[in-house]
This record gives sequence, C-alpha cells and structure tokens, in this order.
Amino acid sequence: MMIKTGGQIVCEALVREGVDVIFGLPGGAILPLYSTLGSYPELRHVLVRHEEGASLAADGYARASGKVGVCMATSGPGATNLITGLATAMMDSAPIVAITGQVNRGAIGSDAFQETDITGATLPVTKHNYLVMDTRDLAATIKEAFHIARTGRPGPVLIDIPRDVQAAEIEFDEAEYDKPVSLRGYNPPTTADEDAVAAAAKLINEAERPVILAGHGVIISRAFDELRELAENAQIPVVTTLLGISSFPDDHVLSTGFPGMHGMAYASLALDQADLIVNIGARFDDRITGDIKRFAVNSKKIHIDIDPAEIGKNIKVEAPVLGDVRAVLNQLNPMVNQTTHTEWVQHIEHLKAEHPSLRIRESDDLLGQQVVKAISDATKGDALVVTGVGQHQMWAAQHYQFKNANSWFTSGGLGTMGYEVPAAMGAQFAHPDKEVWTFAGDGGIQMTLSEFATIAENKLPVKIAILNNNMLGMITQWQDMVFNKNFYANSYTGNPDFVKLAEAYAIKGIRVTRENELEGAIQEARDHPGPVVLDFVIRAEENVFPMIPSGQSVEQLIEESL
Amino acid sequence: MAEIMANGLARRTLVALVENKPGVLARIASLFRRRGINIASLAVGASEHSDLSRMTFVAEGDPSTVGHIAKHLDKLIEVVEVSDITDNNVVWRELAMVRVRATQESRARVIQLANIFRVSIVDVGAEAVTMEITGDTSKIDSMITLMQEFGVEQVMRTGRVAMLRSALSQGGEDGEYGDQISSNINTLEGFDSGSV
Repeated sequence: MMIKTGGQIVCEALVREGVDVIFGLPGGAILPLYSTLGSYPELRHVLVRHEEGASLAADGYARASGKVGVCMATSGPGATNLITGLATAMMDSAPIVAITGQVNRGAIGSDAFQETDITGATLPVTKHNYLVMDTRDLAATIKEAFHIARTGRPGPVLIDIPRDVQAAEIEFDEAEYDKPVSLRGYNPPTTADEDAVAAAAKLINEAERPVILAGHGVIISRAFDELRELAENAQIPVVTTLLGISSFPDDHVLSTGFPGMHGMAYASLALDQADLIVNIGARFDDRITGDIKRFAVNSKKIHIDIDPAEIGKNIKVEAPVLGDVRAVLNQLNPMVNQTTHTEWVQHIEHLKAEHPSLRIRESDDLLGQQVVKAISDATKGDALVVTGVGQHQMWAAQHYQFKNANSWFTSGGLGTMGYEVPAAMGAQFAHPDKEVWTFAGDGGIQMTLSEFATIAENKLPVKIAILNNNMLGMITQWQDMVFNKNFYANSYTGNPDFVKLAEAYAIKGIRVTRENELEGAIQEARDHPGPVVLDFVIRAEENVFPMIPSGQSVEQLIEESL
Repeated sequence: MAEIMANGLARRTLVALVENKPGVLARIASLFRRRGINIASLAVGASEHSDLSRMTFVAEGDPSTVGHIAKHLDKLIEVVEVSDITDNNVVWRELAMVRVRATQESRARVIQLANIFRVSIVDVGAEAVTMEITGDTSKIDSMITLMQEFGVEQVMRTGRVAMLRSALSQGGEDGEYGDQISSNINTLEGFDSGSV
C-alpha cells in the first residue's frame, strides 16, 4: 500500500493505458491533476488555445492512430467547450476519453463558480460518462472508460472528477490498476452467428449484380485486407461511404467511388441498379439513402455491423450480421464462392464512362477542385488528408486519390466546421513522420484557427490549404439551388488576410490565385519543414456536383452545372 | 402486436434490468426524450439481485421509433438486460390507491362496492376512505369511474409491472386477475406496495 493522490492515480492509470499525448487546457477545478501531470514525462501534454481544439485534436489523433485520444479541461466553460468534439466523435465512432475537473464534492449542485453538470450535459453525446465521487474509484473508472471507448462501436467517454477527489490522498494498492474490467451490461459482439454469416454468403453467391458499400466500420476494425479479399474473390464493385473513403484503394479496378448527395453519379447508380448491397460497417445514413422509400429498391441488403441498434434502423435488411467487421469478414470470406461478375463490372465501367462526375470545367479563375487535384497529384495520394465541412470537403473527397488505408479524416456525421485545424494537429501527433494536409474553407477555419498557435508552438509541419471564396460556399450553393437564389448571411466581406495571419503566428503563408501557380506553391509548401498556410483564392460562384438534393433519390441526380 | 392508439402512436411494454446507481434513470429518460417517446408509465424497484433494479416501461411513440427503443436501451452500459415484451405472453399488474369521499351516509355503499370489486380499504378517515386496487388497467379504470359518484379526491397509480410467464404456468389472459392471488385481495398481508 502506498499513499497516492487522486491526480497521481489518474496519471498512472493513463500511462498504463498507453497514453502518450493529452490535448488540454487547465483551469481551477482541474489544477490538482495538472500539478501532478508534470511528473509524468510519458504523458506529453499539448496546451491548446480553446478546449474545442482539444476534443477535436483527440478525435483526429484517435482516428489516425487507432488508439484512444485523450483531452482534458476544467469544469464549467472548459468542459462545455469540449462538447462539439465529443459529439463529433460520437457520431463518427471515434474513441476518446475526456477528463474534466469538477467543483468540490460539497459544492456540486450549489451553482458554484465554474460549475456545470457536465455528465448531464454530455449524456446524449458520449458513449458513457462518469462522475467520480470517491478517489478509490478512480483507477477502475479510468480502466473502464478506456475499455468502453475503444471496444465495440467506439465512442467518447467522459470522466468528471471533482477537485477534492483529485487532491485527496488515499492508501492505494497498485493491484487496483490490474483488476479486470467487468461490466455486466456491456458485451460487444465479436464474431457473428454462423447461420447469419451463412445466410449472407448465400445471398452473395446468388447475386448477379452485387455492390459492396464499405463504411467507417471497415476502417475502425482495420479490415482492409479482408474487404479487398471479398471484393476480389467474388469480383464485387466497392463503393464507400464518405467515412469509408480510404478503406479501399481509389486506384483499384473495382473501386467505384462514393455515392449520395455529392458522391459520384456512377456510385449512386451502381447502388440503385444492384441486386445485392453488402453493407459493411456503414449505417445507411441519409446523405447516402436520400428518400429511404426510393433507396436501392431493386436490391436485397446484407448489413454487417457491430451495433445492433443500427441494423434495420433506416433500411430493411434481408441478412443482418451482428459482429465486428473484421471478424465477420474472416468468417464470411471462406464461404463466398470465387466467381466473376463480368457483365455487371463491365456495366459499371460503362456507367463510369457515361457519368464521369469528376470533370473539372475550364475556368479563368482558380477552382477548388483544381487545388485538390493538384495536391493529390503532388503528394501522389500518399498524404493523410483532413478536412473541414462544406464544399471544400466534398471536393477533397471527390478529387483526392487515396492510395493508403485510413488516410482520410473528416467529420461526416456531425459535420463539424472547425474540425480541419485541430484534427490535423491530432493526426500529425499520431504520425509525426507523415505528410498531413488539411483542407479548409474560409468559414470553418475561422472557428478554430486559434490552434495555429498550438501548431506553431509544437512545430507540427501541417499543410493547411484554405479554399478561400470569401463565403460560406455550401450555404451559398443551397441558397442558389434550393432557396431560389435568396442569398443571405452567406458571404464574408471582412475576412482577414490569411497569409499575414499565418505570419503573425510565425507560420509560413503562401497566397495562390492562378492555376499556373499551383504546382510551384504546393512544392514550396512541401519543401518547407514547418507548418504552412496556403490561401487559395478560388472562384466564388462554383457549386459542388454531382448533387442529389436532400430527401430525394437518384432520379433527381444533378450531374453538373449547366 | 403493439397497441396502436387513436393518434397513430404505438404503445409498447419494456422490461429492463439495470444497475442500481444514481443517474441511470436520467440516461434512460434521455433516450426516450430525444426520440419523442412518451413514458406513459414507469415502475422501478428492487430485483432478485441486490445491486440491480428492474424497470417496467410503457412507452408511447411513433411505431417504428418505439419499436427500436429496446435496442438503444441495450446500448447503455448500465442496462444489463432489456426486453420488449409487448408481443410476449406476460403477466402484468398495476396498483392504484384511490381516495374517495365517504361520509357517514355513503361510507357503507363505498365499502360494499369495494368488496364487490375485491378491493381493499387501507385507510378510513372521517370524510374519506383510501382503497388499494390491484389488477389490469381496465379494472382500475372502472373502479375509479364507479367511485366518481361519491367524489374521487386523489388517484395514485403505479404504472404497469410486467413479467414473462414461465413456460408451464396456467395463468389467465395478460393483466387478468388470476385466481392464485385472489385470497390476498382484501387484506394488506402479502402485499408490499413499496416494491413498485
């Protein structure tokens, strides 16, 4: 037995969980923990400028590394600032543990200074959360939290620790750290029921026009080889969801893009014309299905998912398979006949030729699409790519040719503008030696650009590509196409000079206004050892196509601007 | 089949075994609230495990949403088990306490009716009596209706508690008052009204 403070127990438990970086910002109610943190050099603390940056960086770190991302904040406003990042992680199943300070136990419920009921506030945006009222429970709680965050369908877990629980000294037995987690109400599935797998295999073996819809689940369970084996073995074209991008190489002959609202027309048509959709770890999100009554009505559906609540939630499924994607594919692959679907694959090739979807038009002004394509060409599809949310995000998804597994990080579910800078920071911490590019809009970047300081301070060589049209591009597009050109609150007339702004943070800034400057500027940025902000001044009146308007079906697909 | 109500909403009965800890009910309520599901009744009490509680919900909402709610409940870490027993063979009961005006003149008739309904009188005051009714919803409804004539001062209903029938049990229809416990009805003995 040893005497330890709550703060020491937290730090030691984090070390045991393999944590190497923490994104955080201290405040009064978490100071006892912070006063201990410095004694644990294994835990590198990254001091962010805003707590939203901490939770989004933890999300980016988690997705890029496959490990649990950790963020910390104080009580009250510190904790509430984390919420957007927690919600982002919840929607996209990213494993995060957030640790917040809370006011002293005796003050809870008294509207004390900087008190917020953060476990109450984060109920709907966490997989689970804890308010630890006894220092003796800390070790077990942290172990449980990491277990819950990373297993099953991953997600964010918040641990709220009152100040006096952090500060208290207790007699502590180190064996506490090694107690196995036992949760009666939490038994995520791994392998699937054999009969369910057999039923799925039968549908695949009988199908004439099968399509795989690969989702984030493939990436989360690291089932890249298993997915490829299934696709190649039975010659099945693969479309991915937005979050499934980089689960299957873009240059593979069976790669068929991503479908849905701004996906490739041929991908949406392939889903519509298929007689079997093999959904692997995707959730039939509304951005893909549009009108669920008219979605892929010609096909039977197999749905492989670890979350029973996802099966049958949006779309009726003939063959549900409950389990971890990788485990299920390992069960399924031996049962699938090696075969070809020559006619169907030829038809898909024909669709790709008929509906090129990614044609970039001639333009005197610089276009966002050209920027993405130039960066994709320059990096040879090898970079880790992060985005914000909006037009630039869709152009990045469309025009970057991903070669490597798990190299695309975007807020698909929550659609969090402001994700671009902090998440890129997290991805760079996860992979210090990889080239990280983040695509931003001039709107989203202003939500979290306070983290420029954190990037500069930590000498992270992140390349930040702002597709700057001085407006909220996707808002403008919707007002143009859906709201009868009733433009309002869509343009920024007082944007900062992003090059000067970068320089103010001692970050290299480059402005690009013409297509013929692209190659040189991108090369200059890649050659620079530190962070770079590239301000690409792009054509403002440019919409993202293809487009299936919200709640419509493939029949309403608009291929390109007239 | 779920009961479809006049407004098109479905009513379903769920039973959950949950960790007996602070905040569990809030987590559960949050799932219902978010999806616009109304909790028509909720009964919570001890289970056969000292650290677990058993809850019975009657939930009303959009048929597909309310049909899916058990899966969402099951995802909560502190929910150990949950079943939607709407379509199962279950036995269920509800308890109500009803305070009825009963003056010297009317008291005899109130008690007489209570006896006919096999309802026990648990408190008698100068101006009112309190009766305890156990049974299905319709029995309690009819008893309250019948008492309107004397003046119903207060009604407190527990909501439904339900349990799957064991394979060999010879019970009546769902919610029907079985013979096995009819001997208890006029007495307080054997009833632990605090358990719901």
